[in-house]
Amino acid sequence: MHSPHLLSINDLSKGEILEILDTARELARITDGSMKKLPTLRGRTVVNLFFEDSTRTRLSFEAAAKRLSADVINFSAKGSSVSKGESLKDTAQTLEAMGAELIIIRHSSSGAAQRLAESGWVKSHIVNAGDGMHEHPTQALLDAFTIRNHFPEHDRDFSGLRIGIVGDILHSRVARSNALLLTSLGAKVVFIAPPTLLPVGVENWPVEISYNLDDELSHLDAIMMLRVQSERMSDAFFPTEREYARDFGLGTQRLKALKPEAIIMHPGPMNRGLEISAASADSSQSVILEQVANGVLVRMAVLYLLMGGASVPTEGVLV
Amino acid sequence: MSIVLEQSEIDRSLKRIAHEIIERNHGLDSVILLGIPTRGVTLAQRIGSFLSAIDSPVPVGTLDITMFRDDLRLRPPRPLVATSIPSQGLEGRDVILVDDVLFSGRTIRAALDAIGELGRPKSVQLAVLIDRGHRQLPIRADYVGKNIPTNAKESVKVQLREIDGEDQVEVSL
Repeated sequence: MHSPHLLSINDLSKGEILEILDTARELARITDGSMKKLPTLRGRTVVNLFFEDSTRTRLSFEAAAKRLSADVINFSAKGSSVSKGESLKDTAQTLEAMGAELIIIRHSSSGAAQRLAESGWVKSHIVNAGDGMHEHPTQALLDAFTIRNHFPEHDRDFSGLRIGIVGDILHSRVARSNALLLTSLGAKVVFIAPPTLLPVGVENWPVEISYNLDDELSHLDAIMMLRVQSERMSDAFFPTEREYARDFGLGTQRLKALKPEAIIMHPGPMNRGLEISAASADSSQSVILEQVANGVLVRMAVLYLLMGGASVPTEGVLV
Repeated sequence: MSIVLEQSEIDRSLKRIAHEIIERNHGLDSVILLGIPTRGVTLAQRIGSFLSAIDSPVPVGTLDITMFRDDLRLRPPRPLVATSIPSQGLEGRDVILVDDVLFSGRTIRAALDAIGELGRPKSVQLAVLIDRGHRQLPIRADYVGKNIPTNAKESVKVQLREIDGEDQVEVSL
């Protein structure tokens, strides 16, 4: 990876994306046996700087860092000096003074990770773990990794795969990162959502748009159900939850319409009964728990590639 | 630049190493070969085919030691290479690590750490095509194709036909 940070999928070339996915695959192979823990980042400190609630992303980064033997400091804004008015700059500088070399940041403001990386406030590597409605690059990487595992004939290239992203696109950083990454790998991405839940300017994205889930089901190789993000919804985006579930939920009838080899994905946390029924979430086509396991591997790969080596090559004979 | 080993000499060295492995381990019942990428893997496969021609086939695996190196921070991150441990595992086995050049000994130290994570072999032995000296750690090889005294600044380049199209070892400044 040429950049010291991971802020957006836009910063990654196709080669770099494949480098991360390949590294994750080798890590899977290594850690599949009895090598559960690798000494690679021993003595290095990684900070989880979370200004927004999260279960799986924070735990996943923590597990990834610990499997590489890094020390992990967890920070969550709740119960910290942020509630006393401490700024992002001061918080980050404080953590770096405690030895942080890589900061994983989640923030409700789009662009927070970029600000931290480009402001010169800190020297650490920055990894974006979700910034507002903007991006969540490691989620997209783990989704691509999961898709690749299920379609081995598309190992280096996703051309010919049709991937549906369904639901609350408007509030979804996962949808944005995935649209960028999956199209970069060659897949065809189709957003399926009511018009009220599509962002302004979506017609300029490299994706197809559909308002009808039933028309698409039988054409998809992977279907990604997005969480309805009630906490970001200040308006009425759809009449009732029942109506949303009827039009855009993956229920039992729709499950039958999918191709038998199609996979069902969800970035979590799920609203069972709203965007996805329990039967779909627990069906044999669901790869939702694989996504969680793969998340740790992809994040290990990102940590290794960002901080495992020197940022500049040094002189001297090394063997 | 000078060529220190040619194809016939590489072949002869590997065949001799194969014989020495059989002699030292009283047969091949518990022997397993682990090549260290990149060229150690090819050499392990070649020694493996000599062993099966002379005596009996042995499991051959590969061990990528990148994540165990102590000099990771001295250069940009390296891509990982496949690790494959034969299904029999390493427990109670005589593991023979195979690498092309033995120099500082740091690669082998990393390999020993990696093996420690994988199990408890009965013994770990080391086979190298070239021992060029300049050790930085108390590590020695059990089987050596050729000892080549070098200046620490010189570079030793092992070329194998499977990877480089031809078999030869050259030393250059």
